[in-house]
Amino acid sequence: MIRALAWLGRLTLGLIAALGRMTLFVLEVFSHLFRPPWYPREFGNAVMSVGWQSLPVVGLTALFTGGALALQIYSGGARFSAEAVVPQIVAIGMVRELGPVLVGLMIAARVTSSIAAEIATMKVTEQIDALVTLSTHPMKYLTLPRVLAATLTVPVLVGIGDVIGIFGGYVVGVYRLGFNAAGYLQNTVDFLEALDILSSLAKGAVFGALAGLAGCYYGLNSARGAMGVGRATKSGVVAAAVLILAANFVLTEVFFSA
Amino acid sequence: MIRLSQVKKSFGDNHVLRGIDLEIARGESMVVIGGSGTGKSVVLKCILGLMTPEAGMIEVGGQDVSRVSRDAFLARFGMLFQASALFDSLPVWQNVAFRLLRGAQKRPKAEARAIALTKLRRVGLGPEVAERLPAELSGGMQKRVGLARAIAADPEIIFFDEPTTGLDPIMAGVINDLIREIVTEMGATAVTITHDMSSVRAIADRVAMLHHGKIRWAGPVSEIDQAGDPYLDQFINGRAEGPIETLR
Ligand SMILES: Nc1ncnc2c1ncn2[C@@H]1O[C@H](COP(=O)(O)OP(=O)(O)OP(=O)(O)O)[C@@H](O)[C@H]1O
Ligand SMILES: [Mg+2]
Repeated sequence: MIRALAWLGRLTLGLIAALGRMTLFVLEVFSHLFRPPWYPREFGNAVMSVGWQSLPVVGLTALFTGGALALQIYSGGARFSAEAVVPQIVAIGMVRELGPVLVGLMIAARVTSSIAAEIATMKVTEQIDALVTLSTHPMKYLTLPRVLAATLTVPVLVGIGDVIGIFGGYVVGVYRLGFNAAGYLQNTVDFLEALDILSSLAKGAVFGALAGLAGCYYGLNSARGAMGVGRATKSGVVAAAVLILAANFVLTEVFFSA
Repeated sequence: MIRLSQVKKSFGDNHVLRGIDLEIARGESMVVIGGSGTGKSVVLKCILGLMTPEAGMIEVGGQDVSRVSRDAFLARFGMLFQASALFDSLPVWQNVAFRLLRGAQKRPKAEARAIALTKLRRVGLGPEVAERLPAELSGGMQKRVGLARAIAADPEIIFFDEPTTGLDPIMAGVINDLIREIVTEMGATAVTITHDMSSVRAIADRVAMLHHGKIRWAGPVSEIDQAGDPYLDQFINGRAEGPIETLR
């Protein structure tokens, strides 16, 4: 009994300490936003690898999800003869929820893992130490460009994912379920509100920041050796995914509880 | 120039440095020897501030290193890491010119590249390697690129962690001469870690031997053969029998 309590206490303390360390890390990262030198080239490279190169996977994810969503809503709606709501529910489901969450999770898988593995490898091969001896701050040179790129490009990816997801629903709706093409689009456009779109993009920015931060944090804190790199990558992806899902709940509450 | 007093560093219950006292004069070439795992690399990392010792004081140019402004401090140093630590996403010449391409010592790209090529030539590498990535080079070539990067910005103080390990004897000779030249011609202060006794004799003004977390012996290189210290004797003659324990 005592042992279980001690274990619980240690776990709680450990969690609080980890949260504290991460908060300090976040504050430090963003403080470098206001202090030169900056490395625009690194930022440009990060935008390419986080944003541009994630487009195919984001597009495919959204396309298939939008299509499947349309099928589900049609067959589910048929149970109380509400098949006609497919365009509206696909739009709201994609924009408010599935677009940001799925893109966020894909980014956690694709970007957090590669950032964590890259930085952890640099750490275990002493490249981070070398960077420091060459008067270059790893936070400025490695972390800030990646976190910033993720924060700014993931909302764009989410926006694109929303559109492609709706398009997936449209294709299934029109060619498989027999909706009228012009009517489907009209319903979608009429139904969506500015707040839906705004919340979608805001979620994207927060999820992008979390994915970038988790990758950098676990990479920089990697233990030594190949096992350290593996563990840093795994922890980074898990942390990013859990944080994204938790943040999604909080943000949904903030935007739509009223 | 560099003074360590009673520097201690442990990792968990592995007490690596147990009170290091060492002094290195300006313009001197100090060679640190000692068994594998005695903490030679850790000493260099402590001086550079890459690791923080638990106790003791490190001064460079009379200033406590834990209180100096990091950027200005590190701008005076060049460091060759034991495993080279090249940036694998950058081509060789950008590795060498890293400091010259950004920050306080930034210059035009063409000039930085020209300096990089000159430094590469000094370590015996031709312009054909400049555009390659570090992963495309052999271990010995990577080491020499690391060396070129360490000397690229003509630092005042240079640390070489095993500069000749993994090189053929001729190239090792070239590197020994280079280190000697940097000290005598440019007046740099150098600290070199090596296991190679011929390097020791070629490079060193003074030698310090690390054993069991302390400086076992330190003195001019001319005296190492007559020092009469059984530990030092065993080490420089490479004998398996002696006071230094070997597990077998
Ligand atoms: N980051 C670290 N974490 C934990 N232990 C470390 C770390 N760095 C070094 N050590 C330990 O410190 C001791 C000394 O390491 P160091 O790399 O300085 O040895 P060395 O004298 O340079 O040996 P070698 O000649 O083989 O390079 C070793 O026992 C090593 O395990
Ligand atoms: Mg070493």
